[in-house]
Amino acid sequence: MKKVLLAAAAVFALATPAALNAAEEVHIPKEEWSFNGLLGTFDRAQVQRGFQVYKEICSACHSLKYVSFRNFETLGYSEGQIKTLAAQYEVEDGPDDAGDMFKRKAKASDPLPHPFANDAAARAANGGALPPDLSLMTKAREGGPDYVYHLLMGYKDAPAGFTVMPGLNYNEVFPGHQIGMAKQISDAVVTYADGAPNDAAHIAKDVTAFLHWAAEPKLEARHSTGLRVLIYALLFAGLAYLLKRRIWKDIPH
Amino acid sequence: MSTEKSIWRKAYEWHEERLPIVHWLDHSLGTKYPVPRNLNYWWNFGSLAMFMLAVMIFSGIFLAMNYTPHVTLAFDSVERIMRDVNFGWLIRYMHSNGASFFFIVVYIHILRGMYYGSYKAPREVLWWIGILIYLAMMATGFLGYVLPWGQMSFWGATVITNLFSAIPGVGKAVVTLLWGGFSVDNPTLNRFFALHYLLPFVIIGLIFLHIWALHVPGANNPLGIDAAPADKIPFFPYYVAKDVFGLGVFVVIYFTVVFWFPNILGDPLNYVKANPLQTPPHIVPEWYYLPFYAILRAIPNKLLGVVAMFGSILIMFVLPWLDTSRVRSANFRPVYRVFFWVFLLNAVTLGWCGSQLAEGLPLILSRIGTFWYFFHLLVILPVLGWVETPKPLPASISQPVMKAAE
Repeated sequence: MKKVLLAAAAVFALATPAALNAAEEVHIPKEEWSFNGLLGTFDRAQVQRGFQVYKEICSACHSLKYVSFRNFETLGYSEGQIKTLAAQYEVEDGPDDAGDMFKRKAKASDPLPHPFANDAAARAANGGALPPDLSLMTKAREGGPDYVYHLLMGYKDAPAGFTVMPGLNYNEVFPGHQIGMAKQISDAVVTYADGAPNDAAHIAKDVTAFLHWAAEPKLEARHSTGLRVLIYALLFAGLAYLLKRRIWKDIPH
Repeated sequence: MSTEKSIWRKAYEWHEERLPIVHWLDHSLGTKYPVPRNLNYWWNFGSLAMFMLAVMIFSGIFLAMNYTPHVTLAFDSVERIMRDVNFGWLIRYMHSNGASFFFIVVYIHILRGMYYGSYKAPREVLWWIGILIYLAMMATGFLGYVLPWGQMSFWGATVITNLFSAIPGVGKAVVTLLWGGFSVDNPTLNRFFALHYLLPFVIIGLIFLHIWALHVPGANNPLGIDAAPADKIPFFPYYVAKDVFGLGVFVVIYFTVVFWFPNILGDPLNYVKANPLQTPPHIVPEWYYLPFYAILRAIPNKLLGVVAMFGSILIMFVLPWLDTSRVRSANFRPVYRVFFWVFLLNAVTLGWCGSQLAEGLPLILSRIGTFWYFFHLLVILPVLGWVETPKPLPASISQPVMKAAE
C-alpha cells in the first residue's frame, strides 16, 4: 500500500508543474473563501456587494462578456430585480425595419454591456493598455482568486532602486511588478447598503468573490453533485470489494 | 419442470449459430479466457485504460455537439458549454481531466509492463501495439488541447507543429500542410478537430489488436514465469470482480479531481483566448508530454532535439531486444529493479525540467536526464542481462502461492 501511495504521489508531483512554477514567482498567501471546501458555496451577500464594486469601479474599463443579467438569478436576484437592473443599461440593437441601428434598454437575456465600443477605443482610453475582460480572470491566473485579491491589495511604493516606467504602477504580486492599472481599491471607495465593512481589504475580497462567481457560475452545482457522486462511488467501491472477496475466497493467492 | 427449451434460449441459439458473438466474448473476456491466478493490482490498469477511453469518447461526442471549430467562436463555444449547456461543465471537466487520468492510467500500465518484463518474448508484438496506442494517444491529446483555442492551445500548437520544420528538405512543406496555410489559423483548427474526432476510433481498432495479441500467449504475471494451465483461473468472474473493484477506487479519485480540483492539471493561461500577437513568456505542454519536452529542449540543435524526442519513444520498439535478460519479472532481478526505479525517478525529474524555463539547473538536469534515459536503454539494459545474476525462479506459480497460503 505504501508503494502505491508513493507512486501516486510521484504521479501527482509530475502532474502539477503549475504548482512548481509558482515557487519562482511571488508567494501568494492563501485566503479564506466561502466557495472552497467540500460543499463550498458563494456567500450571496458578499457576491452581491462584489457586484456593486464591479459596477461602481471596475466596469468603467473592464467588460464581463460571458455574464448575462439572467445569470444573477443564482445570486438571489428576483426576476423583477433583474429586469430593473438590466433596464439601467442601454445596448445597441438592430437593424430595425428602416435598416438603422437603435438603442434600447437591456433585457435579462443580454450580456453585461462592454464599457468600450471596441478594443481600440479601450486602448485609446487607457494609455495603450487593454483592460482585459474579467469573466474568467480568477481562473486565468496562477493563484486564482488569491492572486486577484492580492493584486488588488498589492499596490505599494516601489522599493528603493526600482524604477517604474511612466504610466505604470508598482504592484507587489503582478509579474514584473509594473502594472498598467492604477490602484482602484482603497478604504470606503464604495458604501454598502447593508452596512458591511468597507475597508480596502473587505472591498477587494467582495469583488474577488464576485469575479469568481462570474468565472465559475456552476461551482455550487459542481460541489453538491460531486458529493452525491462521491458517496455513490464510495458505496460502489465498497460493495465491489465485498463481492471481489467473496468470489475469490476459495482461490489461494 | 419442462425440459423444453424456452423461446429465448432458442432465439439465442439461433443467433449464436449465425454470429457467435457471446461465444466470442466468453473467450475474450469471459469464462473461457484463462488468466494466471497471481496477478496483483498493477494488472488493473489495462481495463481502467479502456474505461477511460470510453469516458473520453462519450463525453467527447457530447462536447462536439456544442463546440464550434472556428477561431472566432471556439473559445466562446467552450464557455457556453461551461455556462449554458445542461451539465456542460460536468461533461467538459470530465473530458479535460479525463485526458490526464487516461495518461496516468496508461503510464502505470506501461511501467507495470517494464517492471514485470511483459514486453519480452513471446509478447513483443503485444508491446509494439501498445506503443502505437500510446503514440495515437499523444497525438489525440495534443490535437484536443488545441480545440478550446486558449493561449496555450495556440502557442502549444505553434511550437509543436514547428518541430516538423526541422526535417531536412521537406520540413517547411510538412508544416504548411499541417497548418493548412502559413500560420496556425482557422484551417489548422478545423483539421485538428477532424483528426481529434478520428484518432480515438483508430485507438479502438488498435485495442482490438492489443487484446488479440494478448490472448495468443496469455497474460504475463508478477513472477514472470509461464503459467501452467492448473495455475490459471477464468477471467470471469475472478478478474472481472477484481477489475470492477479497482474501477470503484479509481473513479473515487477521478471524480474527486473532476468535482473539486477541475483546473489543477490545466494551465491558467488556457482561460485566455488565443492571441497570435502575444506570445506567453513560458509555453508549456500538458503535463503528460513534459519529459519528452525536456528531452527536446536539452539538445541545442533543433533537428537533433526533435530526433531525440521522437527517438525516446520509438526506441521502445526495440526494448524487447535491448533487454537481454531472459528473466521477465524484476522481482528476481535485484540489480535491474534498482535501475528501474532510477529510470522512473529520472523520467519524473525530466518532467519537472520540462515544466521549467530551459535555463540554469533545469537545463543541466534535463541534459543529464536525457543522457541517462538513453544510457539506461542502450547500455545498462543489454549489459545487465549478461552480468546480473537473477534470483532462482520458482518452479511454478502455485509453489510460492501455496507456501504463502500455509
